[in-house]
Amino acid sequence: MSEQQMIHLIIKRQDGPDGQPYHEEFKIPYRPNMNIISALMEIQRNPVNAAGKTVSPVIWESNCLEEVCGACSMVINGRPRQACTALIDKLEQPIRVEPMGTFPVVRDLSIDRGRMFDALKKVKAWVPIDGTYDLGPGPKLPETERQWRYELSKCMTCGVCLEACPNVNSKSNFIGPFAVGQVNLFNTHPTGAMNKEERLEALISDGGLQECGNSQNCVQACPKGIPLTTAIANMNREATKFMFKKWLSF
Amino acid sequence: MSSQRSFFNRRIHSLLGVIPVGFFLLEHFYTNYKANESAQSFIDGVEWLWGIPFLLVLEIFFIFLPLMYHGIYGLYIAFQAKPNTNQFGTFRNYMFVLQRITGVITLIFVVWHVWDTRIRVVGLSEHSLDVAKNMAIEQALRLQSPVFLTIFIIGIIAAVFHFCNGMWSFLVSWGITVGPRAQKVSTYVWMVAFVLISFVGIKAALAFNDPSFIDEVQKITAAQH
Repeated sequence: MSEQQMIHLIIKRQDGPDGQPYHEEFKIPYRPNMNIISALMEIQRNPVNAAGKTVSPVIWESNCLEEVCGACSMVINGRPRQACTALIDKLEQPIRVEPMGTFPVVRDLSIDRGRMFDALKKVKAWVPIDGTYDLGPGPKLPETERQWRYELSKCMTCGVCLEACPNVNSKSNFIGPFAVGQVNLFNTHPTGAMNKEERLEALISDGGLQECGNSQNCVQACPKGIPLTTAIANMNREATKFMFKKWLSF
Repeated sequence: MSSQRSFFNRRIHSLLGVIPVGFFLLEHFYTNYKANESAQSFIDGVEWLWGIPFLLVLEIFFIFLPLMYHGIYGLYIAFQAKPNTNQFGTFRNYMFVLQRITGVITLIFVVWHVWDTRIRVVGLSEHSLDVAKNMAIEQALRLQSPVFLTIFIIGIIAAVFHFCNGMWSFLVSWGITVGPRAQKVSTYVWMVAFVLISFVGIKAALAFNDPSFIDEVQKITAAQH
């Protein structure tokens, strides 16, 4: 056997929400089929940096480990993506791992994606069905519509589209491409469509749909392959119709 | 409910970029291209335009104010973006950045160009027919210099790029080209338009660069006196 192969990681760390960010290097023993999460777990077991100093272990968030929960999003070698599907064998070393800077950093790689949930509340991304009596089954959905909605429904609120978008930053109040896709999803639901104008009103309020600059990075970056730019153009069309309808109806 | 002001501002910005600003760009190239035919043809074109009634009102409300709105609000939009082409080196992301860069170049060029040709030469007073010849000569003399010719060509290419790529995003922003295929076809259509319109614009500038143009204008002036 040859000598133990090592994985070289450069991690951008921060000790707390107000802490100064700094970079720390780690060299950890290679095992086959590792991903970024298992590399971080290795650091957790033996929190010694490349200089041989024992440090506090690196903090991160993860849940499902199969790219469906969106919790472990981080910037790996410059690309925002999920750490669980970032396989060490497929990454160029040294591997640079950073938190997604679009969001407030809680500590190290753990970020607060709360703004995304605020955005979903703002655009009312749900179907209100509660009543005082049984409303019966909803209308049926055409198969083509179902397929389209299925694509949109894959959003896991991971935040990668916000990190990729040049118009989501500290100077802008854009709520992000994902929220546009969610309005499209709920406005094409036969029952959800009953409230579609409420969602459109919210979507074209400040920080909404109009902030899109068509760089189309979101559709490139989305780990779930959601047709976000098609959803954006769809909602642009709806917003155009809505705008004229509103003007001419008063 | 929060305000929808930014939505309306963005839509007005988008619309004004096409009508009247984009339309004016095309008309401007069309008139200037006549200089290739003959100096007389160009001067006739200018004089026809100056014969339009209520010209100053039209210029202020259909060119100057929309252009200023589009330019100033555009600067606000451009400087709000945080370009990331090093992370995402895709075609559309480069177009996004170029749209903002060419917008700024075009605004600087147009402000100088309006001052240089319209305000400095003609002033805000009534147009007179002699002024058309003066302006033609002044611009032709200016374009003899390779430095000014280069500045004009950069300005023309930036303006045409901004117009054509802007038309692409106009079609997306108003929900006309929705799907990826439609947007791709639109990309090709506007690429061809970019080449053709740039050709017309540059060819017009080169007509003024031709020394024989000055002789022709002087001959017309001499014939009248």
